[in-house]
Amino acid sequence: MSETCDLAIIGAGPAGMAAAATAARLGLDTVVLDEQPSPGGQIYRAITETPVRQGTIFGDDYWRGLDLARAFANSGARYLPNSTVFSVDSRLEIGVSSGGKARLLQARHVIVATGAQERPMPIPGWTLPGVLTAGAAQILLKSAGLAPSGRTVLAGSGPLLWLLAAQLQRAGGTLSAILDTTPRMTFGVDMLSFLASPYLSKGRALMRETKQQIAPIDRVTGLRAEGDSRLRRVSFTDRSGVADHIECDTLLLHQGVVPNANLAMSIGCTHRWDDAQLCFVPTLDTWGHSDVAGVSIAGDGAGIAGAESAAERGRLAALDAACRLGRIDQATRDREAETPRRVLTKYGRGRAFLDRIFRPIDAHRIPAGDTLACRCEEVSAAQITEAVRIGGTGPNQLKAYLRCGMGPCQGRLCGLTVTELIAQARGKTPAEIGHYRLRPPVKPITVAELASLPRSEAEANAVARQ
Amino acid sequence: MFHRLPDLADAALVTLTIDSEVITARPSDTVAAALLAAGHAACRETAVSSTPRGPYCLMGVCFDCLVTIDGVGNRQGCLVRVREGMHVETQRGKRVAGR
Ligand code: FES
Repeated sequence: MSETCDLAIIGAGPAGMAAAATAARLGLDTVVLDEQPSPGGQIYRAITETPVRQGTIFGDDYWRGLDLARAFANSGARYLPNSTVFSVDSRLEIGVSSGGKARLLQARHVIVATGAQERPMPIPGWTLPGVLTAGAAQILLKSAGLAPSGRTVLAGSGPLLWLLAAQLQRAGGTLSAILDTTPRMTFGVDMLSFLASPYLSKGRALMRETKQQIAPIDRVTGLRAEGDSRLRRVSFTDRSGVADHIECDTLLLHQGVVPNANLAMSIGCTHRWDDAQLCFVPTLDTWGHSDVAGVSIAGDGAGIAGAESAAERGRLAALDAACRLGRIDQATRDREAETPRRVLTKYGRGRAFLDRIFRPIDAHRIPAGDTLACRCEEVSAAQITEAVRIGGTGPNQLKAYLRCGMGPCQGRLCGLTVTELIAQARGKTPAEIGHYRLRPPVKPITVAELASLPRSEAEANAVARQ
Repeated sequence: MFHRLPDLADAALVTLTIDSEVITARPSDTVAAALLAAGHAACRETAVSSTPRGPYCLMGVCFDCLVTIDGVGNRQGCLVRVREGMHVETQRGKRVAGR
């Protein structure tokens, strides 16, 4: 027999915390499962326990997460930190691994709130020790009070790049260079809604603050991390086409974030290619319910929209779950959804513009030659295009040819790259190529853990020798 | 390559080993953070080509932080907190069967 609950929420970031507080208030027996040791997800990482005393370095947007964390802590929802979900089946039975032991949890509804991950940035040398994501540096700063020392270069594009630059500078750090890969800005009608959005003033303030200390090198292309057994320098091409390089100890890469979709895909939730966000996003109704009965997706895993929107989408999914489970009627659900929907509209403004101007350049998304596309199995871009040339048609077939996507990260760091590479080589769209088929367990667990799972007599008999 | 900010909340440090080296870390550190703080950019050599790798994402996604912790191989160092007396071993190549 497995444990049971009304609602299981997977992930304790803004969407998960807000969903849990809403659901528990409505009387649902709610369980929150999270891989991290403390709540907050990545954006509010270590919000309840950061060792950094000078909290102002993170900015007000970070500390907003504290209200969510407090509401979650006081909500009565059960919270299971350090718990990795490795499977959810169509009957909503959840496989959880914690402290080296696996167990099963039977839910009546599931909200997947697995958030975002850094978009892969497969430049030459991106696997060298000393190359990390900008998000990684931010996590180290928030959770461990660690800042890069030595010569540090920040390279890429997008709002988080500027936020991190400002945070590192406020923490007393210096950057050797900011290599901005954002292409030249062009104007469009989406600009109007951006001008009316909360992002304009925030973004401007951050860029102004950063530029007081360092002049970014803009419209950079052709990034390469170089070194033998560790990073030694980064080379690039500047806006006038001149090759240049900078000696450095740490290179922090960022070109936006994409949904952390492995779990949702493994459950069978349909995803479609979003050409504005250049990633796969789930197909959902207006409450975040997927096409698998009883499974909702909230937060950035439902498509990138930022932390404020994530919390509201968590609330909507929880209201809908409460309605489906008979706790509230539809009229109550709809009434309670009014405020979240208003906030969502506000934070939805300007996103299309951000997606467009920070669209990562092709060369930093679709690698060539020896550059590794799949970090785990060390499969290069050239190997993938060669496999397509000899008849490979899609990501699943290439697993058999090359093992790409079959290492421990299970395609998290190569899925989008491999799809786009195949699409380019075959002259098709990423939508036509599709993504790796993902199957549970979506996180590696030991056979011993699997074997220790409780099972019914019927299940035992099904495999017993007669 | 990473240093602690000067003004952090007080905490009793914990002692752990990385291979034969003894290091100290803050109790809220993950193994990956402790490694980086101790100056180790790399924590393993890959299973395919034996090239060095180190933590990349710090959020459980990339699996480049794999280490052996207290005898159990292929643990994600960025998801496991340090503990007093913990033994961390860097990995060379594939996980050894039985660990
Ligand atoms: S550093 Fe990426 S999974 Fe640990």
